[in-house]
Amino acid sequence: MSPPSPVAQRQPVLAARGIHQRFGGVHALRGIDLELFPGEVLALVGDNGAGKSTLLKILSGNNRPTSGEVLVEGRAHEFKNPAEASAAGIATVYQDLALALDLDVVENMFLGREVSVRGAGRLTGHLDRALMAKRTREALDRVHIRIPDIEARCVDLSGGQRQAVAIARAVTWCDKVLLLDEPTAALGVEQQQEVLNLITSIRERLDLAIVLVSHQLSHVLEVADRIAVLRQGRIVRVFDRDEATSSSLVAAITGLTEGDEE
Amino acid sequence: MNLKGQPIKTSEAVSNVSNTPGRVRAATIADRVGPFWTLGVLVLIIAIFGVVTPNFLSQGAWIATTVATTQILILALGQTFVIATGGIDLSVGAVLGMSGMVGGLTMATLMAAGLPSGATIAIGFAAGIAAGTAAGVINGLVITKMKVTPLITTLGMLGIATGVGYLIGGGQQIATIPSDITTIGFTNLFGWIPLPVLVAAVLAVIAWYYLTKTRFGRRALAIGSSAESAKRAGINTDAHLIRIYALAGGLAGVAGMLLVARLSAASPTAGDGSELHSIAAVVIGGTSLFGGRASIAGTVIGAVIIAVLQTGLVVAAVDPFWQYVAIGVVLIVAVWADQQRSKLLARKR
Repeated sequence: MSPPSPVAQRQPVLAARGIHQRFGGVHALRGIDLELFPGEVLALVGDNGAGKSTLLKILSGNNRPTSGEVLVEGRAHEFKNPAEASAAGIATVYQDLALALDLDVVENMFLGREVSVRGAGRLTGHLDRALMAKRTREALDRVHIRIPDIEARCVDLSGGQRQAVAIARAVTWCDKVLLLDEPTAALGVEQQQEVLNLITSIRERLDLAIVLVSHQLSHVLEVADRIAVLRQGRIVRVFDRDEATSSSLVAAITGLTEGDEE
Repeated sequence: MNLKGQPIKTSEAVSNVSNTPGRVRAATIADRVGPFWTLGVLVLIIAIFGVVTPNFLSQGAWIATTVATTQILILALGQTFVIATGGIDLSVGAVLGMSGMVGGLTMATLMAAGLPSGATIAIGFAAGIAAGTAAGVINGLVITKMKVTPLITTLGMLGIATGVGYLIGGGQQIATIPSDITTIGFTNLFGWIPLPVLVAAVLAVIAWYYLTKTRFGRRALAIGSSAESAKRAGINTDAHLIRIYALAGGLAGVAGMLLVARLSAASPTAGDGSELHSIAAVVIGGTSLFGGRASIAGTVIGAVIIAVLQTGLVVAAVDPFWQYVAIGVVLIVAVWADQQRSKLLARKR
């Protein structure tokens, strides 16, 4: 059903094969097959309860599937936790950003990966602030994010800036796949556009594959190369960017026929 | 927010984001003004006591106040780290008393066995501090592994440690300890600095260093800011919390042994009510009860305020039972003031 991808000749960096997920009596995912290629943005769309978040939780190592497997560069992985997914090169930016808002930008960039000074300071875990600040600036510059004061606490940043910090952190520590869970939800219109520009910028500059989960079809149409539609735990259709329209997506999402267009 | 009018997915995560900024943003500003206004309050209280009872500015009152500060401060240093993670430790007072009793029993036993007093005291201190640390580790394990809230866990430990303290001495004090121990309790450097005060000051500097400059402190604040974020960032939050409760228990052990040195006896009731003092000191100092932001300098000022109130009321010949009332009122006012400030600033935004 899905048309040949422009990058079909390359090995998928991330693949899901026959993923099923049951929660008690609920069959949330019913056989998901998905391939993701380096340098592409794949959007996952679907109604509430279609299985987008469940699928993302499996790919990010938060949940383990009832059956099926996740392959990274052709090798099967069973992630027990997000740290294992991260070690395999998959980073996730969660809806709630996963920042420690009371800490500053530098501390958040290095949260859980703090760098100690050399010598005696190692014994106490004395932080090398200068080095971490320098690397934070480099990381932000790499994806053209402007944060005026990286010593500012994240709580004092705008929602868009916080999302940018979360994304910058993710791309700093992963080298293969970036999973974005509703990155534009809870943001103002202007800030939503900033985040979309950032996604495009990352796609152009870094050789990452991006999975974007979003409700906002206009955003999906703007930045995605391919759009996978989930309905009732199945991928019902994968659109290429050129063939997808807002109305064809809505038709696929809801399962209602769309007049004569199909 | 959504141009297509579709409902935005409402997970708890989203509501977290929209709820926190006001509080925490205000807190950021409160952080900058916090230590200054508490310092002002402290100066004001000292001035009032100085005017009402000139004796309050004497060397005797100074020594009494600083020694009282010692006990409150050492407990409050551990409490600062605990509250920084968003937790609370109600057991530190009882653990202080229990640790003193363990140290006291150890010293009494060793002295009876004829061990020299220096070694007896050293081993007694080690035993007391170890007992406090053990109680803290148990708190940490129950909180992280059994998922009982810090409030209930440490309330339970308050009961357990109180009971163990009484059981060790059969409800009595232990006074059969080397008299040399008063050297630790009563040495005043240059006549003005009691040795326990020096110990507390050194511990405060170390606590400040660890909170502000090291991975240990930053991770404590990260857990208090968002335990979920810390976990997702790969931090072993359980292990970190256990360490922090162990630290609070160990410091309660230190405070307990210093008190034994001061009183030349271990008393099971030595720490009664001091959990209240330690929490009040921390909150007055501007550390957020919600976690995520903490100040050791603020805690030091808070501890001094509580100690000044205690000794000031005594010197002013006010019925000592009013101390409890005064400190309870101060705690409530401090929390209320913090909430008002946060609300005000949240509205401005």
